[in-house]
Amino acid sequence: MQALYAQLLVGLINGSFYALLSLGLAVIFGMLNIINFAHGALYMMGAFCAYFLLNIAGIGYWPALIIAPILVGIFGMILERTMLQRLAGLDHLYGLLLTFGIALIVQGVFQNYFGSSGLPYAIPEELRGGINLGFMFLPIYRGWVVVFSLVVCLATWYLIEKTRLGANLRAATENPTLVRAFGINVPRMITLTYGLGVGLAALAGVLSAPINQVRPLMGADLIIVVFAVVVIGGMGSILGSIITGFSLGVIEGLTKYFYPEASNTVVFVLMVLVLLVKPAGLTGRAA
Amino acid sequence: MADRKMAEAAASSAGAQVLSVSNLQAWYGESHILHGIDFNVKAGEVVTLLGRNGAGKTTTLKSVMGIIEKRTGSIRFNDTDITRASSDKIARMGVAFCPEERGIFASLDVRENLLLPPIVRPGGLSLDQIFTLFPNLKERLDSQGTKLSGGEQQMLAIARILRTGARFLMLDEPTEGLAPVIIQQIGQTIARLKSEGFTILLVEQNFRFASTVADRYYIVEHGKVIDGFANSELSANMDKLHTYLGV
Repeated sequence: MQALYAQLLVGLINGSFYALLSLGLAVIFGMLNIINFAHGALYMMGAFCAYFLLNIAGIGYWPALIIAPILVGIFGMILERTMLQRLAGLDHLYGLLLTFGIALIVQGVFQNYFGSSGLPYAIPEELRGGINLGFMFLPIYRGWVVVFSLVVCLATWYLIEKTRLGANLRAATENPTLVRAFGINVPRMITLTYGLGVGLAALAGVLSAPINQVRPLMGADLIIVVFAVVVIGGMGSILGSIITGFSLGVIEGLTKYFYPEASNTVVFVLMVLVLLVKPAGLTGRAA
Repeated sequence: MADRKMAEAAASSAGAQVLSVSNLQAWYGESHILHGIDFNVKAGEVVTLLGRNGAGKTTTLKSVMGIIEKRTGSIRFNDTDITRASSDKIARMGVAFCPEERGIFASLDVRENLLLPPIVRPGGLSLDQIFTLFPNLKERLDSQGTKLSGGEQQMLAIARILRTGARFLMLDEPTEGLAPVIIQQIGQTIARLKSEGFTILLVEQNFRFASTVADRYYIVEHGKVIDGFANSELSANMDKLHTYLGV
């Protein structure tokens, strides 16, 4: 039983990263109509940013949790303003090629300087150790990642679905021309939205640094699964991507316990099944 | 053309020029839609653009609003040149647009739809005033925007731009596809807005409706303004009008 709970926890942790990343992808796709293949690279940059902050500037985990997403978010907004913006109205393929190219360049640069092995990032002192829950041992940091990710996901959902700002965003996703004709600066909103999505990826990167080490290809490995999660959940659905992210992490964890051989493929098998039955994804609207 | 001079003379009794458009040309991609539109709207007037389907009336409104990117000529709003301005900037100067397809957002509820356009200047209608004008909306605040009836959606589309404080409204076929009783209600609303000093540029196919609210008319054909007259000259121009509109 101990092993089952341990795998469930691993599943929840992975699910947290899936949820944070697919949430950003969904927000970006809704607003920019771009499938952001650079998302994994930006997640990695978040982790590296935390690493640099600690080792160069001596800035620890807690400030990094805020500073890294802002810095990487600004990098993302520069990408949007200088490059992605020019793709408005073009076929999805262009956005895919551009963001994939950006991902390869960014990962290549980091690999050039840091190789492929992982750099250590220590768990902050306050979150070391663990609690014995009776039925299992819970490392505090892992519990923190799950809870904090869930809070961030729900806060993002609230921001988009329940606030005035979110209403502007949803309206601009539906009909940007009309929203602009009401006096709202839609191009600026698009840039900020991309920054928000990228910031969420970077935040996931910081959270992951103490667990998975900091590696140039940490995002490339993860992003493939995250895209499957997004396909299953339905492109463009906020709550859908959060729920699917966490559930698929758990399903993956359970598979590791019951049938370990399938643990790497279960997400893709599910993706195939969902596509056969509901091509728009579980919560997606048909285009 | 003599008629048009008379119309403009008749209009000179009204206030200062709010909108003046001259030699406006516009393109949708490669297709040249407007070939030189000239007209003006003075403060407090209701001016109606009449014309057949595809004559360029909607394109004219969208060009003034800055939605049609490719446009040349001159568009002046309250003596400011807005020919090259972006549509968000034009909106913030006090131009409000109610599109033909109404543009109610499906992912927003009625309240969010109503509050979506930002306040661009003080003096807009308060929510209470809006609910006095359109009592239906108050009961449906929590409904999804597109779940409203066609008439309610049209009222919502007008209501949301009255909040913003814009004093110049462009309404594109507000009566299209609506029941007579709703058309009447919209007519009363326009008359009331006019009495409160709003300036309105209306596009209409429904000439009978337009004649109940308009001060002046311009006839648009093949992307040009070919005629214009005041409401007082309407009966004298009836025959011509029938030819223009093919009714």
